[in-house]
Amino acid sequence: MGYQTTAAKMNTIFADLSKDYLIYAPKRYVGDGTFVHIDTIRYGEITDLSEIEFAEKSNYSFKEVLLPISETLFYFTENEMKEADAPKKGAIVFLRSCDLHGLKRMDTIYLENGAVDTYYKRLRDNTKFILMGCESSFENCFCVSMGTQTSDDYDAYLKVTGETVLVDSHWDALDAALAGATPASVIPDSVTANETVVTIPETVPQTLFDDPFWEDYGNRCIACGRCNFVCPTCTCFTMQDIFYTDNGKAGERRRVWASCHIDGYTDMAGGHAFRNDKGQRMRFKVLHKVNDYKRRFGTHMCIGCGRCDDVCPEYISFANCINKLNTLVNDTAKEEN
Amino acid sequence: MAELNPYIPFLSEITEVIKHTEIEYTFRMTYTGDVKPGQFFEVSLPKFGEAPISVSGIGDGTVDLTIRKVGKVTDEIFENYVGDTLFLRGPYGNGFDIENYKGKEILLVAGGTGLSPVKGIVDYFSAHPDDCKSFTLLVGFKSPKDMLFKKDFEEWEKNIKVVLTVDYPDDDYSGNCGLVTHYIPELLVKDLKEAVGIVVGPPVMMKCVISDLLAKGFFEENLWISQERKMCCGIGKCGHCKIDDTYICLDGPVFNYTKGKFLKD
Repeated sequence: MGYQTTAAKMNTIFADLSKDYLIYAPKRYVGDGTFVHIDTIRYGEITDLSEIEFAEKSNYSFKEVLLPISETLFYFTENEMKEADAPKKGAIVFLRSCDLHGLKRMDTIYLENGAVDTYYKRLRDNTKFILMGCESSFENCFCVSMGTQTSDDYDAYLKVTGETVLVDSHWDALDAALAGATPASVIPDSVTANETVVTIPETVPQTLFDDPFWEDYGNRCIACGRCNFVCPTCTCFTMQDIFYTDNGKAGERRRVWASCHIDGYTDMAGGHAFRNDKGQRMRFKVLHKVNDYKRRFGTHMCIGCGRCDDVCPEYISFANCINKLNTLVNDTAKEEN
Repeated sequence: MAELNPYIPFLSEITEVIKHTEIEYTFRMTYTGDVKPGQFFEVSLPKFGEAPISVSGIGDGTVDLTIRKVGKVTDEIFENYVGDTLFLRGPYGNGFDIENYKGKEILLVAGGTGLSPVKGIVDYFSAHPDDCKSFTLLVGFKSPKDMLFKKDFEEWEKNIKVVLTVDYPDDDYSGNCGLVTHYIPELLVKDLKEAVGIVVGPPVMMKCVISDLLAKGFFEENLWISQERKMCCGIGKCGHCKIDDTYICLDGPVFNYTKGKFLKD
């Protein structure tokens, strides 16, 4: 149901909802960026709509709400283990259409691929998603190529213009709170074209896994893993046990974000490791995003947010890589014919 | 009802410890439930972490886990196992299906600790030799002091053909020497259509043995391998074991070679 209301009214509603929900949205952290006088936009708790950064793309995705960077799974003392408590409150997350598609990728891994993940599910079940529209494309976005520029899968859509707020609600509690607001026809803003366009090769033959094409990335990539950490669809983790210095018998098991670009990702006890070459790690990641994930689950993993291209300190462009790979695949096919 | 939390391990008692070498022991653990050779458990040691360990034997109410002391978790297991317990999660993975091998000429080639995940198969056919046409076990260890399951070999030799070799013999050793591939040409296969090859060991060893078996005329669909990768969860979440569109923990670790040959890290 669509409504027109005011920012003041919405803030009252969110204040009320905050009794049961923590509200997360992209916020501008002034001067917190990597370089001097550079801001960073990342997710944080908000209490007022004015805190939300609508005008720019967030540098990090919302994924840390559902998959914390470091998450305690359980506490242990000698032979007893206790599952870590779930947060008492649910969450409301403001995010864009591409990220909402990213959520589906996370659901696929954490709810469908093998056993249901207890920790993900308990957060996911209590999270509401509020769509932020995109009036125009940001730099490096290629959502249109990935088909993620629109989504109906939201609990609400919100557009704030000064004091006026347009809402499209799929959420009963919000409909109830907005009863009496002016009905309106609200269609989420979305882009229809991006400056960056990618063409994904239908299949990438395994013979190209060792192609010199990847060596360029091997020379440039510094294996920092930033592309993985900003990506809303990268969901890997590593287990980590810690124990308390005051009581060595007690501690906790955590999972922390992992990156397939960073050394150690495949290391096994005894010394075996795979993909020691950084170019091969790039190949592994790229083909996961736009090749093998689709073969397993039916959709591409990449949602075209372009954050990996925004963040790379070596200016490696994932979008360019896909396009160049497409050319390579086509050229190779031609040569074989 | 809420689904069971798959990350919380259960306590299992160590009923027996069999020492093979200084760094390889078999821990016989209490476990009741379905389990197949080639499946694995995440052995969990609070404070130190978890390690995926394959099932090396299945008993009545027990499973054997042959553990090599090569890392943070396994070092600690060796230090502190005395009369104790370990936490386990699992079993995970597909494991070997004995039914696939019944009535066949079986050639099982294992390298070092690669024998652990297939030991359940050897145990089965050694106990039921009539369930297959023939069974040949070809195993290589680095040196005589690296030999595992010595007692079991004595039993197996009574029922099946065993070829045991070491890469580096010492002065007291009098058996076969050299790599396992050295012994493949002399193995006789009566009917290649009915012959299955099971190959588990270090990556290079598997590659060479498979290549030799194919050259010998084995059919790809009759070859089976088991893969080993880093795994933090065992349930398709952590991502470390993924190769292409395959999760070793969910779809493997056991693969028919028609699928296994496409696994490129």
